[in-house]
Amino acid sequence: MASVEFANVRKSFGTHPVIKGVDIEIADGEFVILVGPSGCGKSTLLRMLAGLENISAGEIRIGGQVVNGLAPKERDIAMVFQNYALYPHMTVADNMAFSLTLKGASKAEIDKRVKPAAEILGLTHLLDRFPRQLSGGQRQRVAMGRAIVRDPQVFLFDEPLSNLDAKLRVAMRAEIKELHQRLKTTTVYVTHDQIEAMTMADKIVVMHDGIVEQIGAPLELYDQPANLFVASFIGSPAMNMIKGTLDQDSNLKFKTNNGIELPVAKAPESAKGRALIYGLRPEHMTIAAGGIPAEVVVIEPTGSETQMIMRVGGDLVTGVFHQRINAKPGETVGLSIHAEATYLFDAETGKRLV
Amino acid sequence: MTATTKPPSALVALTRNNTFLGFMFLLPAAVFLLCFLTYPLGLGVWLGFTDAKIGRDGVFIGLDNYKALASDSVFWMAVYNTVLYTFIASVLKFGLGLWLALILNENLPFKSFFRAIILLPWVVPTVLSALAFWWIYDAQFSILSWSLIKLGLIDTPINFLGDPNNARASVIAANVWRGIPFVAISLLAGLQTIPQSLHEAASLDGATGWQRFRFITLPMLTPIIAVVMTFSVLFTFTDFQLIYVLTKGGPVNATHLMATLSFQRGIPGGQLGEGAAIAVAMIPFLLASILFSFFGLQRRKWQQGGQD
Repeated sequence: MASVEFANVRKSFGTHPVIKGVDIEIADGEFVILVGPSGCGKSTLLRMLAGLENISAGEIRIGGQVVNGLAPKERDIAMVFQNYALYPHMTVADNMAFSLTLKGASKAEIDKRVKPAAEILGLTHLLDRFPRQLSGGQRQRVAMGRAIVRDPQVFLFDEPLSNLDAKLRVAMRAEIKELHQRLKTTTVYVTHDQIEAMTMADKIVVMHDGIVEQIGAPLELYDQPANLFVASFIGSPAMNMIKGTLDQDSNLKFKTNNGIELPVAKAPESAKGRALIYGLRPEHMTIAAGGIPAEVVVIEPTGSETQMIMRVGGDLVTGVFHQRINAKPGETVGLSIHAEATYLFDAETGKRLV
Repeated sequence: MTATTKPPSALVALTRNNTFLGFMFLLPAAVFLLCFLTYPLGLGVWLGFTDAKIGRDGVFIGLDNYKALASDSVFWMAVYNTVLYTFIASVLKFGLGLWLALILNENLPFKSFFRAIILLPWVVPTVLSALAFWWIYDAQFSILSWSLIKLGLIDTPINFLGDPNNARASVIAANVWRGIPFVAISLLAGLQTIPQSLHEAASLDGATGWQRFRFITLPMLTPIIAVVMTFSVLFTFTDFQLIYVLTKGGPVNATHLMATLSFQRGIPGGQLGEGAAIAVAMIPFLLASILFSFFGLQRRKWQQGGQD
């Protein structure tokens, strides 16, 4: 196990920069998830850590040692690939034992390492099968088994669940998290799925366009997003963003561009007189008589909660309610907004002000 | 609506019959194969059992042609030559072709240019390249001899095609030159079906370049190697043009292959029956080669079941 450090890491393909100066510190034993939309550079960063891409500038350290010039095999890391990258011509057992076989380990030693790993992952009865004869979830487990057998300094996961169906994904999510709790190996995990990031990580790194937007614990990112990008990326359904300005007379009112007044808990001096974006999470509102009038556009009951898309002024607002609602599209309901849970962002820079 | 519906005519019923339709679709290909493959092959086998000469229909003489061949030292020389030629040329083509494919699979500058260039020996008509080799191997004007003399390595020109062993080596070299592109490009295609992530996974698992080749590339390439080498062996075994242009089987039959000897005896020699018998004698060898491919092509255990 080891800590991992990225210090001002950069990467360009030709003249095209894809990683534009990234600093991340990962403590020993931490489960860190790099999350961001496609093309944000998260996979490239992971591959640089693995040694599969070279580093244009900056330093990557594993356990305090600079690994920039080290070949992948010298870094003592194990990686689980998106397509699993199982050796198709080897049995499950041989796949898991491959790194040991290369080192010339004895049969007894291989058994001693492979058997417990297979047991942890429930693969014992599949050890003689070939990858083609396994289901997606089983292949996923073999790929993890291959990593576990290595007992590496760092585990890397590159979108490991994106080839699985929704139900299996949820199950594997729990399994990977449990595995980390058991092995306590430093883990760097890449995904574009913010739910995966929220549910599994000790620490999330939100990336966008080659830079780190924010680093923090899952709920920290959820409660205190640094900017518009993080606010819109974390949370599902996404945060409502409404354009407008603070009311001239009362600082505790937000006036949307469509002329609707929304409540604000507090507003700093800097927010006055500039174009703002009002951020409101879908769950921070309730239906109340006498609230802000909202026209129901779509109503989606899911059983445990009800999602509603409403038109407030000219803006579409999504709400999630834990009560059953008997409204029909076209009807008007009253919306009560929890003022203390709202955010204000600078429309120009995207930075959060409140 | 009237109550009587006419039963469909016999012709309509036939076109609705899948077996009949399938047969009809098969017919053109079947006729083509019968006329251009089965008939000549059958005729060849039949001629082998007759004493046919050019201008005279033969009569059935049983195995006499084969008995004569069994005690014919020139025929056995041709068999020896053919096996030697096929074996050495195939081994060289495989080794060099695989090596070339591995190089071309790397990220080279001008990669597509080199890939195109590699194909040249394959696209040039054999007779044309054989003529070029004929000059390269010329007893007096050989550019090889000239270069070596100028370099001071030898004093007199090498007698490439005049000495039996030199001649064998020379025709094998020409055949290898011509056959490499097929092997290299086919194996290159095979190499490109191996996912990059397998190499990455292996290098993370601690494999050196040689170990990656030995444990990942080679086992995953075996199905393609089996196909390519079967074809390569078949092409080499039945080679005719190259020998015919370069040496015509000489000197003193030293480079006669079974194919060239068969032609020599059958057409210029006029002994159609004997020529055919030599050609038929190639069949067991070719059959062995096809069987080899049949087993080589069978899906290995790891290729069975499920999808990727």
